[in-house]
Amino acid sequence: MNTVWTMTTGSGTWNPLLWLLAFAVALIVSLFIRSKGRKDYKVDSGQDMPFISGNDEPKNGGGHIPASNMYWGFLESMKGYYKRVVPLHTGVVTDYLIWFVGVMALTLVIGLMA
Amino acid sequence: MRHLPALLVATPLFAAFFMPLIGRAGQTARSLWVLLASVATSTVGLLLAWKVFTTGTVLYVFGAAAAGQALPMDSGGIPIRIIFEVDALSALMVVIASLSSLAVTLYSLVADSKSSGQDGFYSMLFLLVAGIFGMVSTGDLFNFFVFLEITSLSGAALVAFRIDKGVAVEAGLKYALLSTVGALSILIAIGILFGQYNALNIATLAARLQFTMLDKVALALLIVPLAMKCGAVPMHFWTPDAYSTAPSSITALLVVSSQASLYGLFRILFSLYGDVLQFSWLTFGWFLIILGVLSMFVGVTMAILQKDVKRLMAYHAVSQTGYMLLGVGVGLAVLGNREALDAYGRTAMAGGLFHILNHAMYKGLLFLTAGAIFYRTGTRNLNKLGGLGHTMPWTMVFFMIGALAIAGIPPFNGFASKLLIYESVFRFNPFLSIIAMIVSILTLASFVKVFHSMFMGAPKAEYAEAREVPKSMLIGMGFLAVIVVVTGLMPRPFIDHMITPAVNALVDRSDYIVAILGGK
Repeated sequence: MNTVWTMTTGSGTWNPLLWLLAFAVALIVSLFIRSKGRKDYKVDSGQDMPFISGNDEPKNGGGHIPASNMYWGFLESMKGYYKRVVPLHTGVVTDYLIWFVGVMALTLVIGLMA
Repeated sequence: MRHLPALLVATPLFAAFFMPLIGRAGQTARSLWVLLASVATSTVGLLLAWKVFTTGTVLYVFGAAAAGQALPMDSGGIPIRIIFEVDALSALMVVIASLSSLAVTLYSLVADSKSSGQDGFYSMLFLLVAGIFGMVSTGDLFNFFVFLEITSLSGAALVAFRIDKGVAVEAGLKYALLSTVGALSILIAIGILFGQYNALNIATLAARLQFTMLDKVALALLIVPLAMKCGAVPMHFWTPDAYSTAPSSITALLVVSSQASLYGLFRILFSLYGDVLQFSWLTFGWFLIILGVLSMFVGVTMAILQKDVKRLMAYHAVSQTGYMLLGVGVGLAVLGNREALDAYGRTAMAGGLFHILNHAMYKGLLFLTAGAIFYRTGTRNLNKLGGLGHTMPWTMVFFMIGALAIAGIPPFNGFASKLLIYESVFRFNPFLSIIAMIVSILTLASFVKVFHSMFMGAPKAEYAEAREVPKSMLIGMGFLAVIVVVTGLMPRPFIDHMITPAVNALVDRSDYIVAILGGK
């Protein structure tokens, strides 16, 4: 299927249309499975509410999880990395210049050795 | 058609200098002028790019009897005038700048209409566009410096435009200071090269370079500032400051301005120093690769931490620049190995260059959606936002398209360029490819957080009044979203007709030299 839609990568090919076709098939199968679910639940009852560990659903957007609370586990596991990298971002322009000068010096050494 | 290269810079300059005059006639006249100038500038850019892609490199010699007369009879074989040399790589950058500037202008007509100082704003915007076009079109090193200065000064002014209790002014000053130091470094390098070879034309210098010790010093003085200007780690610190405080329309254009510096970096390494670096291609290839990997990883991990949506996106811009450096770096590293170059080097470079185009489109789109959210809510704080999907559905859809593209999810354009990079870089060094994939996963995680924080959940009482942004802003975002989808669904025509010629322009540097000096 070597058409305008097919991109060759050197190791293989990529055809977005085939991917869309596969996606559509997966979607249809998912919708079919969903359609086989029970329809006899009571609307606007406990059966229709999200289950939040037995707690009531917060009203007026109160259940919104702030961005800072997300990925706590990832950030915790990367604490050692962040402890070193975040303080480098001082916001002080002279520090920015030091990094520039440092990279320049390193590149000069690489260049002169080349 | 003959004067398109001159018009490419003249049109936005004309628009910029007449802006204060037109602005006196009122808001409507100014808006019409901005719209007209933007459409004209982009049309000129796209026509020029079309000409390059269909007929080959376009030369334009300013002040010469004939536009293509690079070497006057009495010049002793030296191109003495300012010459624009627009090859396929330049044309690719011209296309990117043309499309982005058009979308940005459409968007800003409403988004920035409440701000005072409109004449100055649009004058600076068109100066920035002129500077970008000049940087990617000129064949003259000193001229490149001049256009770099134009982009830096107008960019700094635009970053500081909103003042924002001094925060934006501080970011603008940082940007201006670093840009000035970088530009001085470039100017010294140009002086060193001119002192040795009596020439400023890139092709002439490329033909004469001896790779003396001074040439090596000049190389470092040229590439480090350009790496800083494109936001490569560890010189990326200015990026989140400047990108987050500038008006969103300007941030989208600053991304293109940074990419013009990336173009300069590639032009210096491949076209100017190409052959004399032949024993150091691997070294300098790894130099780009290491900058790329650092940028990818530090950028994305810093992004995950952020709660200011534009600061988060700015770190992602750093991260995505890493992919471009990685792809082209692998190409440079194997430039001396014809077998490896043909097997995967050119593909890696194609991935890197395609990613420049894709990134400009989806990152521009993402910054515009962030601007739309700020326009309606007055905040960029992700902890405060939420539930906006109910009231801003179009903005949400455009954000989803941009977010899926940047995360490399098929069938959007980010996937196509990343796939080229993954597969080709894997054959060079599997470890680098794995890092690139992990960074994509982290990018997806980061944008899931943003999507959830801005759009998901029940509507919040404080944003009950929020509604969809005006049509002009939606058209600007929609324009970029369509390009993201089209380049994702049909990557092949773009690769065949734009990216592959651009890769060839970098690899086969003799064409760049011959276009000026002749000999073929």
